Amino acid sequence: MSVQYQIFVCGGIVPDPLQTLDPVTAPAGPALKNEMMLPAVLDPFAWHALFEAARLARSSPGSKIYLVSLAPKAKLQQVMMSVAQKAVFDLVVIDGPASGFTDSNAVAAALSEAIQSVPGLDMNRLLVFGGWESASRGSGTTLQAVGEILGITDQFQGVDDLRIESDGSFRILERIDGGKHQVSTCAGAPAVLGWATGNLPEPPNNPQIGMTNMRGIMPALQKARPAKLNAQDLSYTSVTLPKQQRETRVVDKLSAEEIAREIAEWIKKS
Amino acid sequence: MDETTPPANSATDRQSIDVDIACVGFGPAMGGFLTTLARELIRDDGTPAGESSVMPGLPPQIVCYERAADVSFGVSGVATRSRALRASLTEADLAQIPMATPIKSEKVLYLLDPHGASRRSWLLRAADVFIRAFRRVLPFAHDALNLPYIPPFLRKDPGWILSMGQFNQWVGSRVMSSGLVQIWPGTPVAEPLFEDNRVAGVRLVDQGTDKQGRADAGFMPGMDIRAALTVVGDGPFGPIGRQLDQRFGMPEGHRQHDWAVGMKFVVDLREDSGLEPGAVIHTFGYPEPEIFGFLYVHPKRIASLGVFVPSWFDSPVRTAYRYLQHWMLHPYLFRHLEGATLRSWGAKTLGESGRRGEPRLVGHGYARVGEGSGSTNVLTGSGVDEAWETGVLLAHGVLDLLRAGRPFTKENLEEVYIRRRRRSWIEREGRIAEKSRDGFQRGFVSGVIGMALAGFTKGRVVIPGEPAPSHERLPAIEEYFKGRVSSEEIRSIREDCAARGVSLHDALMDRVGWPAIPFDGKLLVTHQDALLLGGKVQAPAGYADHVVFLYPHLCESCGTRICIEMCSGQAITPGPRGVPYFDREKCVHCGACVWNCAQAHPDDPARANIEFRAGTGGLHSSEN
Repeated sequence: MSVQYQIFVCGGIVPDPLQTLDPVTAPAGPALKNEMMLPAVLDPFAWHALFEAARLARSSPGSKIYLVSLAPKAKLQQVMMSVAQKAVFDLVVIDGPASGFTDSNAVAAALSEAIQSVPGLDMNRLLVFGGWESASRGSGTTLQAVGEILGITDQFQGVDDLRIESDGSFRILERIDGGKHQVSTCAGAPAVLGWATGNLPEPPNNPQIGMTNMRGIMPALQKARPAKLNAQDLSYTSVTLPKQQRETRVVDKLSAEEIAREIAEWIKKS
Repeated sequence: MDETTPPANSATDRQSIDVDIACVGFGPAMGGFLTTLARELIRDDGTPAGESSVMPGLPPQIVCYERAADVSFGVSGVATRSRALRASLTEADLAQIPMATPIKSEKVLYLLDPHGASRRSWLLRAADVFIRAFRRVLPFAHDALNLPYIPPFLRKDPGWILSMGQFNQWVGSRVMSSGLVQIWPGTPVAEPLFEDNRVAGVRLVDQGTDKQGRADAGFMPGMDIRAALTVVGDGPFGPIGRQLDQRFGMPEGHRQHDWAVGMKFVVDLREDSGLEPGAVIHTFGYPEPEIFGFLYVHPKRIASLGVFVPSWFDSPVRTAYRYLQHWMLHPYLFRHLEGATLRSWGAKTLGESGRRGEPRLVGHGYARVGEGSGSTNVLTGSGVDEAWETGVLLAHGVLDLLRAGRPFTKENLEEVYIRRRRRSWIEREGRIAEKSRDGFQRGFVSGVIGMALAGFTKGRVVIPGEPAPSHERLPAIEEYFKGRVSSEEIRSIREDCAARGVSLHDALMDRVGWPAIPFDGKLLVTHQDALLLGGKVQAPAGYADHVVFLYPHLCESCGTRICIEMCSGQAITPGPRGVPYFDREKCVHCGACVWNCAQAHPDDPARANIEFRAGTGGLHSSEN
């Protein structure tokens, strides 16, 4: 009989990647210009973790997925309109900033506290999923710290694949340098898996799943607890965006080789 | 692909769910409907005003499906008197919405042509000479005449300037917070479910298909959403509204031939732009006399600005983007706009038939609200407030039926919705406006005079005209440029543009004297850069193309291919053998192609040779 896992997917929200982002200094510290106006999405790395969690839950009947998110609950509600049709989950909400200008240890403490507060938590069935990094301003350390606080020593980062062996052990592919994977095995839960991109396409929108999820999402948002992040303990000396250079030209007659050569020349002179 | 292509999906694995009310499209009309419904669905004692028929014991299950990837991705330039909005929401509510501000000042400008490139009638040229001759005694500056009097029917004050994206986002959040309504963006609706003469719900689009709609990896047939009531608010060219029109027909004498393509920028103004928050400027006369412009100033040095290219501007190479750039560069406007930076870009078509374009508003199991229901007032140029009010009126009617436990039959909906609508200010003012723009069918000057006559006489006096679809009215390119560009030269330009895979309008506008655009990389950018910088267009994989050229042989013989010229997102480009190529990943879902198509459907002259089906993707900007 397969293990009925408790899969906690830790995922924050980030501005829709197609938005124009301008860092500004706000009274509370660094922020993005008009951040609350921008549409948001679930952090893409957490997206992949959620898809992988859904696959694992399907192959291990009785498993349950919790999506644990620290974000402004008003924005999180909007994001749930897009997320909730993808996979069945229970939402656990911590109301707080999603700007990324927060101390990852404080975020990890809030996430782990939220996980520990879920009734019936069973360490022998616990899997903590998340992104091995964040799409915006993350340092890539939060998930590791969550695992440490929860006392989970089997941690894997840059994960692209998880296979459950017949004896219940895990076979895990982690990304390493040179475009290769490191193959690891561990006995099973509890474990922390920081996902890279995984192997799954985005699931289709399923209205039935959405309607089921939404019955739990709205109450979860209403009883969200505020995060204690001690923002005043941090100060930033400077914040900048990576420099962008843009030059656009529409072509339809050039060969792939010619286009590649042009792009290479453009990169060289940039 | 033509209409005989078999559907990709099979009914065998199609799922179905039951809800009480299924809503199609989330815009101002649906915002008004759902806001009112959610507010009044729960009585003071906490019990629901009606019971769900699909989940007994619970409140009615209300679900809204929106095509765009987020409810905030709507496009409109909104300066509104906000009568209906303020009746539903308080001034304090409106003030919470980002980018919203009360209107403080209004101007209407007649812009003269500083380059002599526009097509002006002799009457207009004479007027221009007169204005320039008396410039010292007229309110004239920077090649613009500031009209000293704004007719009351055109005034927006007292009212609000809004960002449609931010407004929708704010309304959507409030509606969702009620817990009584679910809104699902990124979920286009393919078709109504017909059962005899009744609408029994909607079918969502298939997922996991190739461009032609054939099953591909991860195929999932679109789910059937069965509902006692389907509320359709999918805009002026929404696929559900159009299919209802095809199935049930338009009311006698009603038609939807007038429209405009609106294109807008949202910009950061320079610090000393001279424009104050709350300023509203409307323009006409330039870059072509028929093209109207708007500039609305939001707080924090943000401005929304743009142009409307109407259906009665009979250029077979009309384009919104190039004209928008010339409009921004007009001396009166550019002194404010110089140094501004593009934040966001967007485009949409507007149904401009007004009450004359009103379809059958209700039937068994369905009701229609918003722009697609003919609510836009074409005299005052107002649509958002009217659309909201249609939603409010329907919500009150639906609540009446829910409380009484009566079914959503045609007769019941006529009693509770249409009766309310006929008694409303939308109907009263819509009738005044109904024929106000008919004069534009005879020319720009008669159009302006006709609007004034209709406005001042409450619609009793109008200049008549008969709107016609594009395929009946558009001249050939050679005819349009007769006397300015020879047929031989047009042929040469056409061949060159086809070889380069670009539209004709830039080359022809350059040729007839329009100056080159001095690109600055900030405000004045190429169309392609505007898409990337301001529109952030995206289309998820696994969906069929939603723009379909039904009969390719008609495209092959088409002399204008105006769908290419007018495409707001440059998603339609010259293709092999003359059949345009459609790139779904660049489409902003403005619908310009379906309105502009110069070829009639062989079996139904009321339709075009382009079909605009349900599809995903489009703009990713929440500021438009």
